[in-house]
Amino acid sequence: MHNKTLSELSAALKAGEFSSTELTQRYLSRIAEFDSQINAYITVSEKQALAAARAADVQIAAGTAGPLTGIPLAQKDIFCTQGVKTSCGSKMLDNFISPYNATVIEHFNQAGSVMLGKTNMDEFAMGSSNETSFYGAVKNPWNTDKVPGGSSGGSAAAVAARLAPASTGTDTGGSIRQPASLCGITGLKPTYGRVSRYGMIAFASSLDQAGPMTRTAEDAALMLNCMAGFDQRDSTSVEREVPDYTANLSDSLEGLTIGLPKEYFGEGLDASVGKAVEDAIAEYKKLGATVKEISLPNTHLAVPTYYVVAPAECSSNLSRFDGVRFGYRCDDPVDLEDLYKRSRGEGFGSEVKRRIMIGAYALSAGYYDAYYIKAQQMRQLISDDFKRAFEEVDVIMGPTAPETAFGIGDKSDDPITMYLSDIYTIAANLAGLPGMSVPAGFVNDMPVGLQIIGNYFDEARLLNVAHRYQQVTDWHQRAPAQFK
Amino acid sequence: MSLTQDDVKKIAHLARLSLSDEDIPDYEKELSNILGLVEQMNAVDTSDVTPMAHPLDMAQRLREDVVTEENHRDEYQAIAPSVENGLYLVPQVIE
Repeated sequence: MHNKTLSELSAALKAGEFSSTELTQRYLSRIAEFDSQINAYITVSEKQALAAARAADVQIAAGTAGPLTGIPLAQKDIFCTQGVKTSCGSKMLDNFISPYNATVIEHFNQAGSVMLGKTNMDEFAMGSSNETSFYGAVKNPWNTDKVPGGSSGGSAAAVAARLAPASTGTDTGGSIRQPASLCGITGLKPTYGRVSRYGMIAFASSLDQAGPMTRTAEDAALMLNCMAGFDQRDSTSVEREVPDYTANLSDSLEGLTIGLPKEYFGEGLDASVGKAVEDAIAEYKKLGATVKEISLPNTHLAVPTYYVVAPAECSSNLSRFDGVRFGYRCDDPVDLEDLYKRSRGEGFGSEVKRRIMIGAYALSAGYYDAYYIKAQQMRQLISDDFKRAFEEVDVIMGPTAPETAFGIGDKSDDPITMYLSDIYTIAANLAGLPGMSVPAGFVNDMPVGLQIIGNYFDEARLLNVAHRYQQVTDWHQRAPAQFK
Repeated sequence: MSLTQDDVKKIAHLARLSLSDEDIPDYEKELSNILGLVEQMNAVDTSDVTPMAHPLDMAQRLREDVVTEENHRDEYQAIAPSVENGLYLVPQVIE
């Protein structure tokens, strides 16, 4: 039961092969049995899950079930969930029971899906290894000495270890695609504005975007159908019709033009990872696609640009955590300033503090033009690189990450080395473009991800391109031996 | 750009973060390294480039000036560290 995809589970529920309650119990017992090995969940919401499953079973019996009715899902602990702890991986919110639901959660509730629990993540989504979580590192199900990637590492590990059939993530600089790559699953970051950010705890508001983390592209399409859509409560939500993302999954790739940025295959890329990606591109040629070398000349400046824009926005967003209205408050503050400073100093971990300080510095008087305006100008150049590329090609492909999963502790003492883990993913966030990671092989028994970047609102094409590849390969069907 | 320990203290104050004295040297080094990374941007001349504030070229949406939210004060204050008579409590600010 736990090796079925979402579409298979949906069909089995409707056919009465098993009930949502039985399915939910299976996942809850797998979590109880296996999660101590990988630490993917911060909270397991067993009682609510079983209640939702019973309600779904009634709907299924009544014949009013939709494609996600009764399907258990894991939600990243960045989405506010009414009545369930929403920690964002931080001590700051360890005591925070959200009084309301994020729009994404509302959508899944209306669809009748079942929330198994909240997944572990880097603190406030700041990290590429899941080691900055207040709740401890998540371990990669393929090798528990290695990181799962981040920041949506718990969501990726839960799906890879079959502790949830699918999950949600958020992606500010690669936080869906990089852990999907490192854990051997499928992850999609939609176009900025496609999925509502309401109730999704903000890190960098002009970059953050939620998306599905699944085993297959078809499952990602089912999830995105539920997640996408205009939301009055998100001021940057886009008023644009949501297509049925499953409708064109099987379209032919004959005539598709794939752009290969030469900057994504140069120095810094592990040779074996590069080889796996080239093999994947050879499969696409067999499927009828043509390949064209392109250039994204400012690629190497995406990471420097991001480390101004994202910290600047984070220093502003995280100013709300002040020990006054909710979250952590220090003991015995002597005055208001002491209350602010110690609540924040004690409530935030060191990576979050680093980014807040970089942001505060970049926005401070005398430095604003040299850092923040400069970064916004660089952002324009990076975005223009993609605009030019998409005049010539339909999708862009390359590696998702420069190497397979690294060891726990290997990079945690050196922020800069850690930041470079996202060298191929960050540019899509700066430009606001959709991107995917699809399992494309293994190096030394660790998964490799192929990244596919599309033009604005071209998620249906990305899913089509990923689905056709998954029909002729089986990388996405592999499961880590100890979690089968 | 290399920061001094005094710079780190000043930035931490601006951001209302208490740092322990023993952590300051690490922050000094790490923040300086991050700024060094960031300054790679200076290799590109951007004097004619319009800053990009946002990924999508969109206008700010307006709505009718009507009440759309209900009052949730009690629920919101139920999770606050300290409240009294519907007010959030903080240490005394005015003598």
